[in-house]
Amino acid sequence: MKNADIRYLILGNSTAAVGAIEAIRKIDADGAIVLIGREPRHVYSRPLISYLLAGEIDESRMDYRPRDFYARHQVDARLGVRALRVDPRLRTVRVTPVSADGSERNDATAEELRFETLLIATGGAPVVPPIEGRDASGVFTFATWDDADRLTAWIEKRNAQHAVVVGGGLIGIKAAEALRARGARVLIVEREDRVLPLGLDRHASSMAATALRDAGVDLECGTIIERIVVADGVVSGVTFHNGRESSCDLVVMAAGVAPDASIVHGTAIRVDHGVLVDARSETSVPGIYAAGDVAQGIDSLSGASRPIPIFPHAYRQGAVAGTNMAGGQATFNDAFAQNAVDVCGLSTISIGLATAEGGDFEVLTTEDQTARTYKRVVLRDGRIVGALFVGDIDRVGIFTGLIREKIDVTSFKHLLLSGRLGLITLPEGYRRRVVSGEAVAV
Amino acid sequence: MRKWLTQPDFIVERDVARCIGCRVCVRQCANAVHSYDDEDGTILSESDACVGCHRCATLCPTGAIAVKRAPLEFRDNANWTARAIRNVYKQAEGGGVLLAAMGNDQPFPIYWDRMLLNAAQVTNPSIDPLREPMELTTHLGRTPDRVEIEPRPGGGVRLKTRLGPQLKLDIPVMFSAMSYGSISLNASIALARAARAAGTYANTGEGGLHRSIHPYADNMIVQVASGRFGVDADYLNRGAAVEIKIGQGAKPGIGGHLPGEKVDAEVSLTRMIPEGTDALSPAPHHDIYSIEDLKQLVFAIKESTRYEKPVFVKIAAVHNVAAIASGCVHAGADGVVIDGFRGGTGAAPQAIRDHVGIPIELALAAVDTRLREEGIRNHASIIVAGGFRSSADIVKAVAIGADAVYVATAALVAMGCHLCQKCHTGRCNWGIATQDPVLTKRLNPDVAIRRLTNLLRGWSHEIKEMLGGMGINAIESLRGNREHLRGLGLTSGELQALGIKHAGVGA
Amino acid sequence: MKRIFAREEYCLGCRLCEIHCLVKHSKSKRIIKAFRREQDTAAPACRVEESGRVSFALQCRHCEDARCIEACITGAMHRDPTTGAVICDTERCVGCWSCIMVCPAGAVERGRSRQVASKCDLCMGEDTPVCVMHCPNEALVYEER
Ligand SMILES: Cc1cc2nc3c(=O)[nH]c(=O)nc-3n(C[C@H](O)[C@H](O)[C@H](O)COP(=O)(O)OP(=O)(O)OC[C@H]3O[C@@H](n4cnc5c(N)ncnc54)[C@H](O)[C@@H]3O)c2cc1C
Repeated sequence: MKNADIRYLILGNSTAAVGAIEAIRKIDADGAIVLIGREPRHVYSRPLISYLLAGEIDESRMDYRPRDFYARHQVDARLGVRALRVDPRLRTVRVTPVSADGSERNDATAEELRFETLLIATGGAPVVPPIEGRDASGVFTFATWDDADRLTAWIEKRNAQHAVVVGGGLIGIKAAEALRARGARVLIVEREDRVLPLGLDRHASSMAATALRDAGVDLECGTIIERIVVADGVVSGVTFHNGRESSCDLVVMAAGVAPDASIVHGTAIRVDHGVLVDARSETSVPGIYAAGDVAQGIDSLSGASRPIPIFPHAYRQGAVAGTNMAGGQATFNDAFAQNAVDVCGLSTISIGLATAEGGDFEVLTTEDQTARTYKRVVLRDGRIVGALFVGDIDRVGIFTGLIREKIDVTSFKHLLLSGRLGLITLPEGYRRRVVSGEAVAV
Repeated sequence: MRKWLTQPDFIVERDVARCIGCRVCVRQCANAVHSYDDEDGTILSESDACVGCHRCATLCPTGAIAVKRAPLEFRDNANWTARAIRNVYKQAEGGGVLLAAMGNDQPFPIYWDRMLLNAAQVTNPSIDPLREPMELTTHLGRTPDRVEIEPRPGGGVRLKTRLGPQLKLDIPVMFSAMSYGSISLNASIALARAARAAGTYANTGEGGLHRSIHPYADNMIVQVASGRFGVDADYLNRGAAVEIKIGQGAKPGIGGHLPGEKVDAEVSLTRMIPEGTDALSPAPHHDIYSIEDLKQLVFAIKESTRYEKPVFVKIAAVHNVAAIASGCVHAGADGVVIDGFRGGTGAAPQAIRDHVGIPIELALAAVDTRLREEGIRNHASIIVAGGFRSSADIVKAVAIGADAVYVATAALVAMGCHLCQKCHTGRCNWGIATQDPVLTKRLNPDVAIRRLTNLLRGWSHEIKEMLGGMGINAIESLRGNREHLRGLGLTSGELQALGIKHAGVGA
Repeated sequence: MKRIFAREEYCLGCRLCEIHCLVKHSKSKRIIKAFRREQDTAAPACRVEESGRVSFALQCRHCEDARCIEACITGAMHRDPTTGAVICDTERCVGCWSCIMVCPAGAVERGRSRQVASKCDLCMGEDTPVCVMHCPNEALVYEER
């Protein structure tokens, strides 16, 4: 076994990896799959860490797949093992066990795994801005179950009451909400002039800000933190660039995630922000695939090559990789941003080029202030390329479908935001495909 | 003029304790009896327009709706009945001919209900149809006066006489003429396909043969009526048999009128008339004024179908029906269809429907007797129509002398018709007698076919049971065997007309 | 696997499918009570769409290639291994609405009483889903295609 090439070697134990495994097993019932996961845990749902921190769910609900997942899919899951380096020429990966505290054991325990096909699904790493004091105790990132556990332990041990969250994006807001749910006072500091600047336009963002404030979360936008004030190695506050200071007993760094492609840097595998992949999820080296937050492919709406670090995308890109690794044929040509973010009870969904304006874009909006709903649809050449829904998100997926399938909506444009849009108002051919379930073929 | 004297026929009651406000009734009533009041959030039921079709009550998931006869009663008056008074109101307000649909609904005697069937006891043992073969197969068409046989080369014999064209029925029941136009295409398709499934025939009526029924044309009798709608050589040759319609039981002596609104593109194509024009069937065929004229048409049709199709002639049951039927047979008809005064219609003047013609029971007895007396009974089959409701009616008709029975109303009822008698309004809530696309959707042919074939299957089991009970193992053996019938509570004149004995009188 | 298909040419738009779906997924399963008292907890997972003369009932399509399963952040949305139906395990759902975001049919809804996704479960355990069973015109069929 040791010397035989591993038919499928998968680095990472999360969404993209699961997508790949499930796809492989649809085609190949027993080709050997070896999975390397740094965290010593059964596959869990990353987005649930905020729910865990909030105390809304217990640990038993963290599992992303049932406990028998690896056994049922015949996966040799080596958990608590870290991939150090990929050698595309020799087609090997150097791996080493990680000790419980996360540090690597000595290099002697490292081994080389030879593979036939490889999937790099190591996800992203939190971006930690180079702020003075960031190494102090009480400064956290928020990307893993361990992060959530560490935060919980800190709050409990220190009876922490004042939290500062650096970053008003998805993760910052989720962290703030969870901390608030635990009773902490929370201040979100966002560099841009509004929260969720990537997915929400100014108006939606102000609605989100209101929801946050209503829930007791403080907001400081258009500011950056200059320094984390540290006393005895422990956080005691933050100072803003205008000199103002605010005391706190914990800081969460949620300034974004970036693909973590360190294990392939300097190899023949091409990397930009993330590991570059084509529509088949294959990297520049044949037989080596990448998927999920670590990868960078084409955004089908903007045409640009960029990472799209979202859950559905990670799964699909992983599944496409898995299918191709197993000798099937699959492509992923319809990648675009899709985010469903609940902001303290205010549902928001932002799809595609949701905030685009000017130029070739035609923007339709509608708002109901009493119901606190807002809808925005962005069109280009008669097709929907972006949609933003706040408050009322019912049947938003219809828009996602229209975007994905590039359906010309000119003939029913007036219905898009009328509240009367249903499958029945869509072009008959498309509607019949959706109804028969064909519109969603790979 | 405001119609303030006319009161509603029905009253719609809503049991508020059961009503869940689901609004199925609102969505289903094409007469807009039920409506939803947005302001109050309540459902209103305004009885005025209710035709008593029960669509709402049938679909109401909680049984919260009751449709009752309007409680507003007139003072008892045997002469001036509520119906008579209301009719005067309607005419005083409208000044027109009162229209009605379906068959005569007046309380004239129904002789089927005054006749009883026989059963075998001891000397002539009864037959269990579940254990022994029982034949319902029926052939329609002319049979020769005598048959000749000849030796078959290599032994045995074979038929020398050449037989004319015949229809073969697995059960002596066919679906009577209902035109596409008077009923929806879905209903027409259902009848055609059910006929195919049950091994019998349906009739196009004067609506032509829609192309979607072409695949079932082998089970269709194509009708040639006074308007000659949809008739060409292709039409005649596609059908299994051709029926010349002279008269209709519901409106003897009257033509037909399909209003232009019902003549949409498909109806226009099928009837071969311009879209939107009234389809007027004249009262007489303008080329038939004598039996000789009829004969010409019969043979013109036989010529154009190369003598391969039986030709039937359909007449209404009127006073002189026996002589007319005899004339039809002499004119070359392979079958005479007699339509009694309870036969249905999509629209007829009420005065005609309710007062013209005679019961099919009496007409049938007269025709069968007459043809026998003339020795031409074998020249043509007798097919009867007009209000047949059950297998017992059918068995009794065969015992009087019918070869087969046509049913229309029973078929419609099987498909959901509730006999509200509003076919002529075109707003049939059951999707049958309408061309409104919102309403025609309501009749799924797949469902209708299943219900129609179920009905025929049920009847065929019952007919077999009744035959077996009489000790008869083939329907043919019952035909014209009036000894198996006895009348009950009939006058001697009626018994004589029916050619049967009174109950209690033995053989 | 068997799926529910609408034959729109026979849909009456009566919405009995919606009504019976709601009852089936109500607490009492009794129609009058379900409508009177339980509307805030039960929601039909079947909806009739209507426009002009056309109408049809729509439920989750139980897609072969279900986007909602892929997008589900918890794994609550899954394919039932025996029936093949796409089922939301409401004990695991946290109501993030990713499924609503990706369903091209718009067939997943927010639950009325709980923050969980609500959708057609093909009436798990029944031979025929109630919407199909109660369609008076067989405009809904449950079949393999
Ligand atoms: C708090 C939070 C909330 C989120 N909420 C949402 C949301 O609501 N909707 C949404 O669409 N997305 C959300 N996301 C993003 C979503 O979680 C990611 O897009 C998705 O998990 C990416 O999956 P992945 O498989 O690519 O990588 P990841 O989930 O990042 O997993 C990477 C895996 O690789 C392993 N790994 C990393 N490096 C190594 C190594 N060197 N050797 C071995 N193993 C390694 C890790 O242990 C992990 O198992 C959220 C993320 C966070 C952190």
